[in-house]
Amino acid sequence: MEIPVLKQNNYLIASIQAALCDGDLIALREKLVNLVTKNRSSGVILDVSGLDVMDSFSARIMRDITHMIRLRGSRSVIVGIQPAVAFSMVQLGLTLHGVPTALDLEEGLAYLDSGPAPPP
Amino acid sequence: MTMKRTAQRRVAADIATGPAGVKPHHADVLRELVAHLRDNRDSLCEEWMRRINSAQFLASMSVEEIQAECWSVYDNYLGTLETGSLEALESYAHDLSERIIPRSVETQEVVGIVLLLRDVLARSLFSEYRQDENTLTRILDAYEPAANRIANTVAVGFVEERERIIRHQQEAIGELSTPVLPVRKRLLILPIVGIIDPQRAHQLTEQLLHGIRNNRAKVVVMDLTGVPEVDAAVANHLVQTVEAARLVGADVIVTGVAPEIAQTLVTIGVDLGKMRTIGDLQGGIEEAERLLGYMVTPIDQSTK
Amino acid sequence: MDAKQLQRKLQVTIKSVPDIVTARQQGRHMALQLGFSETEATIIATVISEFARNIVIYARAGEITLKHINNSNREGIVLIAKDNGPGITDMERAMMGGYSTSGGLGLGLSGARHIVDEFDIKSDLGAGTTVMATKWLN
Repeated sequence: MEIPVLKQNNYLIASIQAALCDGDLIALREKLVNLVTKNRSSGVILDVSGLDVMDSFSARIMRDITHMIRLRGSRSVIVGIQPAVAFSMVQLGLTLHGVPTALDLEEGLAYLDSGPAPPP
Repeated sequence: MTMKRTAQRRVAADIATGPAGVKPHHADVLRELVAHLRDNRDSLCEEWMRRINSAQFLASMSVEEIQAECWSVYDNYLGTLETGSLEALESYAHDLSERIIPRSVETQEVVGIVLLLRDVLARSLFSEYRQDENTLTRILDAYEPAANRIANTVAVGFVEERERIIRHQQEAIGELSTPVLPVRKRLLILPIVGIIDPQRAHQLTEQLLHGIRNNRAKVVVMDLTGVPEVDAAVANHLVQTVEAARLVGADVIVTGVAPEIAQTLVTIGVDLGKMRTIGDLQGGIEEAERLLGYMVTPIDQSTK
Repeated sequence: MDAKQLQRKLQVTIKSVPDIVTARQQGRHMALQLGFSETEATIIATVISEFARNIVIYARAGEITLKHINNSNREGIVLIAKDNGPGITDMERAMMGGYSTSGGLGLGLSGARHIVDEFDIKSDLGAGTTVMATKWLN
């Protein structure tokens, strides 16, 4: 099942649903990297509000996507992690350290709009 | 007629089963004794209420209330003897318990009054059937296991209802003691007071995460001023709470961390550099506002 | 509620990646029905996902079973992941975090061990692996 990627302003938005397979996620990773390069997008939003479970594999792919996009000079943010999923993740030790997160699409856009954070 | 009898026999066997095993002829006997107990309903109920009074049970209820409940219990008692269905009795016991528990009725009272009823009815059966020893034996053989089942079911139903209420109250207390307070726009304050056990920590995390979503919070100030100490397990829970909140989309500032708690956090390997801690609640709120103020204003449009 | 209609057992054959999703979605549904909270059902589904993934990566085929247990003391759910794969060569390392030689990132056993109430694993070289995890209803 292919994951749709939308374009909004200079950003890309990917909505990840529950019934996705590993192959779909890997394909998404490739697709996003290509699209970011092609469109010179400055930001990517990964919307996981439809994801019922984030296991070690999905967490790894999310992290991969974030890193690869960063290597392309772009930023990314994961939005919509549900409370139950967040709770399970931390208990399983999947903290996604270093990966930016935001509440939802609106917050994700605001995050990307606000530009890179200045040094502390 | 034959079909009905067989069905009744099978159903009465439900409660006639005791250590002595199923007795197929109990159904007829039960019907007979129930008829007798029904005929003498008024006098037996009076006698029962008299005994309840002298045992000083249900002292917290009025005479009218006791009467109403007694009639109702009596009828249900006989109904159960007749049909053998414990299911109906179970749900009646739960309803009854729900009514009388708020009236401060104790378990011993409930068990006591059911046993008194059992005795009153037994005596009545005894005096009615004592002329013929065989008949009396048959009557009691049918009555005793049934009556004991009933007493057991009512007592257990009462205790289960009490436990359910206590659990419910504990949850409510738990929720009250860790309120999530929306203070300013996008800012939540979570003041934690008292000793936290793993269950409370769990509840705290859930409330916070849902609170973040419902209030669309970007920053949470979690204040531990009112927490005297935590053990390693709970400290771990607190760290997980901070991490989970971040995943949902909010930053957590921890304030009011006593030196002992800081020590525990370090001992379990928490990198305090990673966790944002500020001395007191006031300082935490100021830092939060600074964070929010910064986030709301785009720094430089040209970086897009 | 008629207790007899509750699903008390679930068995899913795991042969390929889509089965992971099937197993965890059905497992989550069963957990919710049995009275587990949203969070607990998600934890159970996540553990199912990890175990099922291990089967796919390391053993090619296996089975996930979920059973409702209800004894006099307490009530809960048992998750059993069984396969006839090659077995785990280095158990100690497998139970530590981050063990993965296949790149597909499975195992997650160390994490799973801490989020369930009871955990047991048996693995013999050439004879397969059985993982058992229990979560009690509060």
